[in-house]
Formats: sequence, C-alpha cells, structure tokens
Amino acid sequence: MTSIGTGYDLSASTYSPDGRIFQVEYANKAVENSGTIIGLRVKDGVVIAVENLVHSKLLMPGANRRIQTADRHVGLASAGFLADGRHIANRAREEAANHRDTYRTPVPLKTLAGRLGLYIQAYTLYSSVRPFGISTVVGAVDKDGPALYVIEPSGVFYGYHGAAIGKGRQLAKTELEKLKLAELSTREAVTEAARIIYAVHEDSKEKEFELEMSWIGDETDGLFVPVPKDLREEAERKAKEAIEGDFE
Amino acid sequence: MDHFPTNWGRPRNDAFDAYATFPIHQRPSNGPKDAFSQGVQRTQQPIVTGTSVLAIKFKDGIMMAADNLASYGSLARFKDVQRLQPVGEYTVIGAGGDMSDFQYIQSLLDDLVVEEFTNQDGHGLGPKEIHEYLSQVMYGRRTKINPLWNSILVGGVKDGQRFLAYVDLLGTTYSASTLATGYGAYIAQPLLRRAVEGREDTLTQEEATKIIEDCMRVLFYRDARSLNKYQIATITASGASISDSKALETSWGFAEGIRGYGAQTQ
Amino acid sequence: MFRNTYDSDNTVFSPQGRLHQVEYALEAVKQGSAAVGLRSKTHSILLALKRSTGELASYQQKMFRIDDHVGIAIAGLTSDARVLSNFMRQQAMSERMVFNRPVPVNRLVSAIADKAQWNTQEYGRRPYGVGFLVIGQDQLGPHLYEFSPSGNSYEYYAMSIGARSQSAKTYLEKHYESFMDSNLEDLIRHGLHALRETLQQDKELTINNTSIGIVGPASEHEKNVPPGGDFRILEGEVIEPFLKTMIPKEGAESGTAAAAPAADPQPPAAGDEDVQMGE
Repeated sequence: MTSIGTGYDLSASTYSPDGRIFQVEYANKAVENSGTIIGLRVKDGVVIAVENLVHSKLLMPGANRRIQTADRHVGLASAGFLADGRHIANRAREEAANHRDTYRTPVPLKTLAGRLGLYIQAYTLYSSVRPFGISTVVGAVDKDGPALYVIEPSGVFYGYHGAAIGKGRQLAKTELEKLKLAELSTREAVTEAARIIYAVHEDSKEKEFELEMSWIGDETDGLFVPVPKDLREEAERKAKEAIEGDFE
Repeated sequence: MDHFPTNWGRPRNDAFDAYATFPIHQRPSNGPKDAFSQGVQRTQQPIVTGTSVLAIKFKDGIMMAADNLASYGSLARFKDVQRLQPVGEYTVIGAGGDMSDFQYIQSLLDDLVVEEFTNQDGHGLGPKEIHEYLSQVMYGRRTKINPLWNSILVGGVKDGQRFLAYVDLLGTTYSASTLATGYGAYIAQPLLRRAVEGREDTLTQEEATKIIEDCMRVLFYRDARSLNKYQIATITASGASISDSKALETSWGFAEGIRGYGAQTQ
Repeated sequence: MFRNTYDSDNTVFSPQGRLHQVEYALEAVKQGSAAVGLRSKTHSILLALKRSTGELASYQQKMFRIDDHVGIAIAGLTSDARVLSNFMRQQAMSERMVFNRPVPVNRLVSAIADKAQWNTQEYGRRPYGVGFLVIGQDQLGPHLYEFSPSGNSYEYYAMSIGARSQSAKTYLEKHYESFMDSNLEDLIRHGLHALRETLQQDKELTINNTSIGIVGPASEHEKNVPPGGDFRILEGEVIEPFLKTMIPKEGAESGTAAAAPAADPQPPAAGDEDVQMGE
C-alpha cells in the first residue's frame, strides 16, 4: 500500500488516485487479527463455530458469547470489533422483525444478508462515519433449506458451503475444502467444526480460548441455538485426540 | 344497507353517504360540515368476535378453555378459529372480543417472544411479565381512545408459581383462582367458583377438565354466540399444551316441551 | 506525547485497523482512581478509592445506585458516568413498568455498551471517557460486569479498573479461585486487599477514602438491610469493622512496587487530581 500517509486514506469518502478506498481496506485489517470463525452449511443445517480468545482468566467461562441470534432461525458471528458485531446483530434483529411484521413469514437468509450488506455498504460512503470493523458469518435454515453467507466491511456478501474468517482463515479454508459438506449431517458437522477450530488454534497455542458453537438443523426444532453441552464436549474430546494424533 | 350487521334493518342515515350514491353536487360531504363529522372516529364496536374464555387454577397449574367460533354479528361466521395461544414456554393467553385485534396482539407477543429468544441469556418472560406487558398495551390504547377490543386471560406456571389474571380493552386487570370473560363471566363464573375455590391445591387434572367441560356445556346451552367445538389449554411445570378441538355432548330433547316462542303455534 | 495522522478522529481507521481515539478514551479510564469488583455464589461487591481535591473539599462519588438490584462503580469522567447511569436508571424503570420485573443485569450492561459503540463510529462525537464495574443480582444470581468506552462488556469473577488497577488485577488473579465459595466478610477483605494494591506509597485505606457497594444478604456488620439484599453503598464509619479485618501487608514499603510489574505509567504528581474534561 504505497499510498499510505499520502492523505488519500483518511476518509471512507475519498478514493486514492488508483481508485481504492483505503479506509475500507484498513477496516479489513481489524478483521484479520480476530479469533477465527467458521461456518458450515451441510445437508440439513448450519453450524457456526468460534475460537473465542480469552483475554483474562478472570472472565466467567461461557458467559461472554460471540455467536448472536437474529431470529428464531438465524444466527451470526462477527470477527473484528466485538462492539461492532453487537451493532450489526441488533440491526439484523430489527431487519428480521420488520420482515416478519410486513410479510408474516420468517425472513429468508438471502434477503437478510442483502439488507445487512446494504447497511454495511452505507458506512463506506461518508466521511462522517467509519466502516464496520467486522466480517459477519450468518447462517440459517429458511424456506429454501440451509443457507450461509459472509458479509465483509465493504458490504459485499457471498453465499458459501463452508466459510472461514479471522486470523486462522487460511488453514480453516483448507480443512473445510477437504470435507464433503453437502453430505454431512449437522451432528457430524459439529465434530468437524470443533476439530478445525482446535487445529487453527495450534498457531497461537499460548493464548487460552473457549470453543463456542451454535447450530440449526433437523435436531433443533427450527431454532438456532447453542450446541448442547454434552455434544460440544464430545466434539472437543475428539478434536483434542485428532490433534494429538497429528503429532505422533 | 351497509356491511355492518348491527345497522341492518335500521333507518338509513342520509347525512352519511357511505357508497357515494348521490351525484357529486348533491353529496352530503359537499355541504356545510357538521363539527362532529370532522372529528376522528375510531373503533366503536368489535366486528368479528369470539365469546367467553374460562380458566381455573388446579393442583399442577392452570387450565383454560375457549370455543372455536368467531361470529360476525349473530352469524356463526368462522368455526375453526383457535382463541388460545401459547406465548413463550410458560404461558397461554385466551381472548374474547374482536378477533382481528387479537391477531394483532398475537403478532405483538410473537415479536416480544422472538426478542426474548434472540437474547439467549437464560432470562425468559413468564406469565406475570406477559400480563403486565399486555395490560400496558391495553391501557395505553384505551388512553388514546383507540382500544384493542378484547378481554384476555393470561395463565401460566413459572418457577413453581401459578399465575392467572385478566386484562381487557379498558386496561382493567384482576386476578383470581377462577376467571371467565364475556358471557361466561355471568353464566360460568359462579359455577367455577363453587367448584374450585378452596380446592385449588387439591384438584387433579381430570377433575379440572371435568369442571371446565361442564361449564363449556352450560355456556353452549345458554350463549347464542357459542359453539360446541372447543379447546383446552393445560399449563403445568412441564410446559404448555393445547388440545385438539373436542365436541361437546349435548341433548336437546327438552326443547320439544318448550312453549311460548319459536315456530310452534301453541 | 506521540502523535500520528490517524488519531484525531474516531471515524478514521489506522492502516493497522485500529481506532486511536477509542484507545485514548480507554486511557481516560485509567486516569480515574481505582475500583474493584468481586463476586461469590451469593454476593457481588464493589470497592472504590475516593479522591479529594483538598482538605476543605469533600471526597468524590465513585458509586451509583441504579435500581434495587443493580449498582455501579466508575473510573474516569464523572460527568459521562452520570449521563450513562441516568440512562441505566431509565432502562431499569421502564423494565419495571412494562414487564413488572427487575431488568436482567446483562441487558442493562449491553444497553450502555451499544450506546457507547455508536460514539466510536459517528463523526462529531467522542467515545465516553468512563469505565464501569456493574454489580447486580437477577433470576440467575449475582453478577459482575465491566463496561468500557470501546463498547465492549464482559462478565467476570473479579475485575479492577482505574489508576494502577493492574496491581489489583494481579492480586485478584492470584486469589480468584477462592471467591466463589467465600462468605461476604472474606470477599470484602479480598476486595480491600486488592484495592490497597492501587494506593500510592504513603497512602492507606481509611473510612473517608473507601466506598463499599454490596448486593446480597446482609453481613454481620450491617444493619437495616432489606431481606432481598438490595444494593447498598457503605461509606464512613460503617466500613470501620471491614477495614479492621484487613491483614497488614508484609514489608509495606517494598511490597507495592514488587506486586505491580505492569503498573500504569502515570506521573505521580497528577495522582490526586481528578481528570478535567478539557485535558
């Protein structure tokens, strides 16, 4: 980035001479250093898993969740600034509620992701605001089946079978590509998600983390909810075994 | 002639040309205006209505019942309407009065339940909270002289506590171990009190069902806006369930002997 | 002080994706005197060090009651704290009016955190210059939260904020595993020990410069506490019995420096002054 410091990078409403918007690129930097988040869209549902980095041992375990719920059937998790993630989760709840009030039907995820994309894009237009310092994974099962999207700080969004954002995204993507996502059940996906998060955490092993997972699928009665404790612990046990196996 | 059943057969009010039947220059609205007609007029009466809701406390929780009829004036217009609605995990509400207002209330409560769900923090709305919220909505609307035309029973069990209370279009609230709305407040309430009061902690679910069923039968005999198809909601510590529609056993043989009105001449 | 191109405005990201204005706001919290919070299975407590501008002046207010079941301790700009605590009181009252229940503590904290987030994203505002420790009890038991100007909030076993709070944090990290099963008296003693770590060399905790906030059942040293264990602030002579439970520090002279490896780099001269908005 040769144009850094030339004055073309101080506002989201300024292009650099070569047509870039640096403030949006800088916002992406805030995302890249965050704990890894992955999303898996499988046969009957969606799993979102988060490497929730623990910055102090005084934190209450399990009390500071990063996966949010936007509607009965929609969950999301943001990498980057935690507070921006809460902002976008609140917006997602409003959008979902507005859709339900207008159409008396649960919002399709494509519609919701589109609305959130527009909202985030609006924050890249003006010098009076800054872009969001987050990328957001949204997942749901809607009328068309399981769906998974990632919305970036620029406002663009793509649908995925498997998505990874944050620090360990490269390794996580490699691992996701090895899976036959369209054939997995959500229960199997939970195990795989736990394994991938544990694998990407190997690079920053000195830091403590909590594995956080939520899902929606045939077993959850149409609700996006945290993965039950026994299943999560089982998946974590298998994940630890898999990692130890790699070292031998 | 208009579409309000209550106006049918009454003298026409020519000061108001509901269907624009006059030529433009003769239209009443073109003339000098009555000061009152400039005012805003809001809901004056319910349109499609449900009748009584009954509810009692029993040993394990709350039992509530309402029939499946939505009347249009005296016409039995819709016979498959569910007037009992679960709200969250611990509560059921039952409504009499205007059914479209009730549907609006259902959507308000659904928004509330989703908001509560999306918090995912272990806090949930119980019957006490839902009743308080409803009473604020109802009182707020009546204070705007724009009431939601319903009388509603809220019942539920949370943290081992039974809760049963009433709220209506005026924002009036009260609580008792037996409650009935509409015609049931006159006909069924005395029967419910005699059967339930003092026995709230000993009545079994079967006994409670029997009491409710007997009262629904009396109401079907006496209330011309009722139906012999009804549902029962049971809320206990293990959650809320609403039964399928059931039919009442009734016998009308005694009608033969009644003299004095109807088709017969003597 | 070091300056850079990207730090004058909270709507500008630095090339590293940081928000310098928000980070500076976090420094404002460290200018205020320390506050410490701890919780057990039955209680949540706050302890705070009050400053006074001189012998003729009163001591500052470090704790605010929000509702019967919630209270806060602050570090940073007091006027910002008053605005936010006013908002919290309104939220608590409207929850009582609309739902007839005490507001869940986590939602109260999230509400101000969301408010603070806006101030980090819109031009023409500045982030709040104050941090809170929030204690409260609800259906799920006692809680302790930290709120900070970045719009983050976390739930903790124990936490400290304000000047030299790192020293208190070090103490808390050493002892926190015993807090959950502590009784109220032990919990307060731990809190006082932690707060003591934030003092300057020649200072000590007195009945004048210490505030204690409690939710949960009454201590043996307390009178007239409602059965629900509502939030109360203890100040003045009533905290004497608690101060007496403290165990004197070994080698009081050298102890402070040793226990505070990462003490905040702050000029000692400014230590007794409260922060002014204009600075």
